[in-house]
Amino acid sequence: MKIYADHAASTPCDERVVQAMLPYFTENFGNANSQHFVGRDAAKALADARDTVAEILGCKPNEIYFTSGGTEGDNWALKGVALHKKDKGNHVIISSIEHHAILTPAEWLENNGFKVTRLPVDSTGIVSVKSLEDAIDDQTTIVSVMYANNEVGTIQPIKELARVAHLHGALFHTDCVQAIPYMNIDVKELGVDLLTISGHKFYGPKGAGVLYIRNGVKLDKLICGGGQERSQRAGTVNVPAVVGLATALKLSREELDKNNAHICQLRDHFEKRVESEIPYIRQNGNKQHRIPSIANYSFEFVEGEGILMLLDFNGIAVSSGSACSSGSLDPSHVLLAMGVPIEVSHGSIRFSFGKHNTIEEVDYIVDKLKETISRLREMSPLFDLKKGGTYNV
Amino acid sequence: MYNQKVLEAFAHPQNVGEIENPDGEGTVGNATCGDIMRITLRIENDVIKDAKFQTFGCAAAIATSSTATQMVIGMTVDEALKLTNARVVEELEGLPPQKIHCSVLAEEAIKKAIEDYRAKQQGKNIDKSNVEYV
Repeated sequence: MKIYADHAASTPCDERVVQAMLPYFTENFGNANSQHFVGRDAAKALADARDTVAEILGCKPNEIYFTSGGTEGDNWALKGVALHKKDKGNHVIISSIEHHAILTPAEWLENNGFKVTRLPVDSTGIVSVKSLEDAIDDQTTIVSVMYANNEVGTIQPIKELARVAHLHGALFHTDCVQAIPYMNIDVKELGVDLLTISGHKFYGPKGAGVLYIRNGVKLDKLICGGGQERSQRAGTVNVPAVVGLATALKLSREELDKNNAHICQLRDHFEKRVESEIPYIRQNGNKQHRIPSIANYSFEFVEGEGILMLLDFNGIAVSSGSACSSGSLDPSHVLLAMGVPIEVSHGSIRFSFGKHNTIEEVDYIVDKLKETISRLREMSPLFDLKKGGTYNV
Repeated sequence: MYNQKVLEAFAHPQNVGEIENPDGEGTVGNATCGDIMRITLRIENDVIKDAKFQTFGCAAAIATSSTATQMVIGMTVDEALKLTNARVVEELEGLPPQKIHCSVLAEEAIKKAIEDYRAKQQGKNIDKSNVEYV
């Protein structure tokens, strides 16, 4: 059996999305900036895709900028605004649980003379509005907080955070990459100035993303060159990928309730079994405010990489926020920010379900997970100490 | 990222567990770093007759524990003291560079277990563990 339960990492392209994209690789292959009829076909497809995305996000088509994905959108929003407004102020605020696509550009800004504040989170991964009120000052030009976290799925109070940013004259960006597949997001209702999404998280293609930039917001360009995307983002637009993104977004909106109900049912069944059948675990995240797809658990006395690999041997694909699997030695910054002890965070696994998963697959995962955890605990000196009553971590 | 030999050693580790009333035991590592290894030895006339391990750690740590215990069984304590992590890695036909540090634990745990054995032989008992619980 082969089971994919890592949808927060990527999703398979929907067959209908692939079909929509195919003509734009071959017969309609044109460069959307070419003046001739081949280019005009591509330009028409690009305009249609932009209209679709704008309508779904509740904005104007000229507020949609196609990018190469989530990382580009995040980089562009954060660095673009900070650099553009450096004469107004040099303070940037992010949360401590952002994706690396925000954390790393924030570090870059810090190394280039900006002041960066990383807002703390509570034990369930929620940023408090109060902490933003305390941190923001008249030097703050941009606040960036992700809508839903990619490791634990916690949803942030974006509307309230954006309101606080605006009260202090700062712009607000949200990385919506994990939230967009599961939530009806309207940029105006949310009150954000910039918002990033990525195609491959909602059954669209990789290499396609969107940065929504509210009309009137000015930011520096990240990629300079030709006049594409109203001269704000140079580079020949990846028309097939953009068509795929728009198609996937439309489908994900049309099927949102159905998919959410299915995925919720899978996750609830998974969590119920894990929590009743595996001892010494810790659920990471917020059980109320979260997207339906992610279940994150720490399994005490064992290390994440071993869990991941034994599940992999059994044909189960999941993800570990732990040190060793990613090649770095640092445990998950998200779990540490939530106050999970380091040695517990090493044994954390993210399961993220998708629309194609079934209850039978979830049962198979739990069965194999139980075996895996018992087997690794049998090997662990920490578990032995625990049994002997001297475990004192 | 791991070669077949490492995967095999991780999937089917040998000598898991602990020896009751061991002649030597050594625990090294640190839970915060994500690696703790405990090795127990049965030694007769300075020859290692049996070795068992318990490891909290990644696949490389488990694979090197298993391989190191297999390598020292049958060695004299002097020979076992000369076992380096490089030899264990060689036996596993290599580890990814960022995992080499995991193999050091096996070497250290064996040395510590032998020191414990020698201390016991001299009729004194030294500190058995430098595990730090945080």
